[in-house]
Order: sequence, then C-alpha cells, then structure tokens
Amino acid sequence: MSKVRIPPVLRAQVEGNKQVEVDGSTVGDVVHGLVERFPGLGDQLLGADGSLNRFVNIYLNDQDIRYLQELGTPVSAADTVVILPAMAGGA
Amino acid sequence: MPKTFNELMREARAAAREVWPDEAARLVQSGARLVDVREQDEWEQGHIPGALHLARSYLEQEIEAAVPDRTTPLVLYCAGGVRSLLAARELREMGYAEPISLAGGFELWKSEGRPWTQPKVLTLEQKRRYSRHLLIPEVGAEGQAQLLDSRVLFIGAGGLGSSAMLYLAAAGVGTIGIVDFDVVDLSNLQRQVVHTTDRVGQKKTDSAAEAIRALNPGVEVVAYDEMLAEDNVARIIEGYDVILDGTDTFETRYTLNDAAVRAGIPVVHASVFRFEGQLTVFQPYAGPCYRCLYPTAPPPELAPGCSVAGVLGVVPGTLGLLQATEALKVLLGIGEPLVGRLLIYDALDMSFQELKLRRDPHCPACGDGAAQSGATKAAGASAGTSAPQAQPLVARPLGGAS
Repeated sequence: MSKVRIPPVLRAQVEGNKQVEVDGSTVGDVVHGLVERFPGLGDQLLGADGSLNRFVNIYLNDQDIRYLQELGTPVSAADTVVILPAMAGGA
Repeated sequence: MPKTFNELMREARAAAREVWPDEAARLVQSGARLVDVREQDEWEQGHIPGALHLARSYLEQEIEAAVPDRTTPLVLYCAGGVRSLLAARELREMGYAEPISLAGGFELWKSEGRPWTQPKVLTLEQKRRYSRHLLIPEVGAEGQAQLLDSRVLFIGAGGLGSSAMLYLAAAGVGTIGIVDFDVVDLSNLQRQVVHTTDRVGQKKTDSAAEAIRALNPGVEVVAYDEMLAEDNVARIIEGYDVILDGTDTFETRYTLNDAAVRAGIPVVHASVFRFEGQLTVFQPYAGPCYRCLYPTAPPPELAPGCSVAGVLGVVPGTLGLLQATEALKVLLGIGEPLVGRLLIYDALDMSFQELKLRRDPHCPACGDGAAQSGATKAAGASAGTSAPQAQPLVARPLGGAS
C-alpha cells in the first residue's frame, strides 16, 4: 500500500481525507486504484484516454513523475505519491 | 615596567609578520582573510574590496565570532601600518596562528593603484532605522545600500502582497511598484493587513501606498492602477529587480511568467488555498518557470480562488512573508533561494514539504526551442531570448488580486 497525499481542493471527493492508502506496483496503478475507489476524482485527474491531465502534477516522494517513468514509475509501500494541482489564490 | 611606544612596536614586530601590498594581495588570493581595523569613518571613505571591517577598538571582542578558526591566516590593515601591527600582536596573544600586518597600510595600497571601493554612506537616520540589518554580516552597510537601490514589483496588493510589501518597505527596498486595479472591500480586511477600515472604498494602490509611506517614508511607491495584461506587462515590469506574484488568476500568472522570462526578471511565486500554500522562485533559465511547472491551467472548478473557497487569514500572511524573505535573498545574493524547489505549507499540520522542480526543455516559454527560435525578439529582454509561443489561455480580461 502506497500513501497518496490528497490536496485540499480534491479532499471533498475522498471523504475529506488528507491521505489515502492505495495498492499498486506503479504510479499508474495507484492513480487508477484511487479513481476506482473515489470515482469523483476521475474527471479531475484523468483525461478521456486514461492519461494524466496536464494541469495535475504527480510526484513520487519529491520527484516529478514526468522526469521518472511517468505513470509507469514503480512504487513501493514506503513511497508517498503526491498529487499537486495548480493553485491560483492570491487571497 | 613602563614601555615606550617604540618598545611596543619592537615587540609587535617580533610577534607578527609585516608584508608589502604585493605579498598581501597574494596571501588574500590564496585564502587569507583581509581585516580592516580602522574606525568607521575611515572605512566609509574607502576600503579594500572583500575586507572584513572590525575596528581596532572592538577587534578583540568581535574577532572570535567573525573568524572562529584560529588557524585562518589574517592580513590586517589600517591607514599606515601601525594600528594593524599592534592589532596583529593582540591576535597572536589570543591564539591566532598567523596574523600579518600590511606595511604602509591602506594609503600605500591605494597609492600603488590597487583596487579599493567606497561604500554608499547611509545617513544617520538610515543607520538607526536599519541598525539591526547593519549588524548582520550578510547584509551590513553594503547590503543595506543595495536594498535601498533595489526595485521590487508587486502584482496584487491582496493577502500575499500585504504582509510582503509591509516587510519589504520596512527592510528599506528603495522602490516598490504595486499593480492592482481593485478597491479595498470590507471582506479584504480579514487578511489584507496593508489596508485599513477607514480606507474601504479607496483604490488598493493608494491605500497600500499610504501604509508604506507611514511605515517608511524613504520608500518610493509607484502605483499601477490597471489590470496586468499582454499589452502592458512588458512596460510595467521593465526595470524591476524582483517581482512578487500575488495574483488570483491563472491568466495573470501566465502573462506575468512569459513576460518575466523574456525580461530575465526573477518571480517569487506564491498561492494559497484555505489552510495551504505553495511557494517557489522562478529564476529565468536558472530553474523552471511557471509553465514548466503547470503547462496548462486547470478548469475553474478544480482551482477555485479564495473568494470562492475561502482562506484562513494568516495563511497568505505567512506565505507573503516567505515571499518577502526570498525576495531579500535574491536582492542581496545570499543563501539558497527556492529555485527549482516548491515548498508546500500546511497550516493545519504545521508542516512544510519540499518538491523538486525541473526546467522543461520543451517549455514554450523558457524551453530550448523558445530560446533558440528567435522568431520575435522581445524589446528590452535581458536574457536574450525570443518571445515564447505561449497563447493567452482565455480571452477575458486579466484579473488582479481580489
């Protein structure tokens, strides 16, 4: 089970949780597992073809998966997957 | 047993070596620390670049903090070579292994045509106002003078800008530009501490300028009571050293990013949502830009602004202060600015997390293609790049901080 950090803007879709544990051997498995459990996240994370939306960044620990193996990046139970959507608020 | 001055000098020569300017220069080049032991007024009239100033009268008190390693070779100088020789003897007694005195002192150094510099002299009022900065070696009189000469532009006088501009004004940043077309609303005052209840209804630029002038009348405020847009962004940002991005909309953030990359101006970026904030420094070409991090804007429902989602009032204050801190570091050239790193602040957990950011070689604003295409050279671009091909994301007018 990898830990997935849910950003505040998406917490309403995951019953208010800040962190969720999801099974999977790659980041893609984890993301799809997350969407299966919380279908409300689907439109926000994934495009129609199942690929990651460009306005969402996913990090494995502190590294952007775009510079690893994207959704094919392997994960282990010790890893944290961070979902980072853009934030515009200047307050 | 009383001693004459000549006897003291003989003893000092036995305890410490004297060198001529050419050898002193060689020693400094190979790692010796240069220490000016003259008084403040002599230092202000000119000194050797890179020297540490520890006046003879405070030398013994301050040397251990300034040079903790007693094996560091030291080259001391005064005006003519007497005070530095006596000082070298004192430092020998304190256990410094190699205190050396510059024979002929600063006067001989200067007369040989060697490099020296004259620091900008602060007024008495400035010395008092900024005294706590002057005590920090990383700022000091030279750093303070640099701040007084520097220009910082704020995009938005809202929650992020409020705390940041108050502190940068207090720090003595010489010119503060403020871009905001909005007026102060009662609902702003829960967090926008640069504004006040009696200024509700005033232009935010006027209200912020009033607060800044009350805090530090030495700061020049330049107000831009207009929306930042494609057709005015290059004119507005020109000549600024650092930009603090505190806007509310993605459109403005992309417009600013592309223009700042073209002009080679670093942007200290922050954004907030309820209890969280993000912070990074976009230093053109040294690290990624905003488009490298977020190639496209999300749909509005995924990224509501603070007027829709709400925000804990102190969160933009905290992030604004972190922006101000990064701006000061960039202006002074000290520390490790948050370039290529994104800080995520969570007020509820009181946690800070750092993610690594990379420059995208395919970025339309700062990627290799954008730098090499040379299609439309931006006017006044210091980074020597062409205009990126980035398109405005939406056609509606660009917003300021609400």
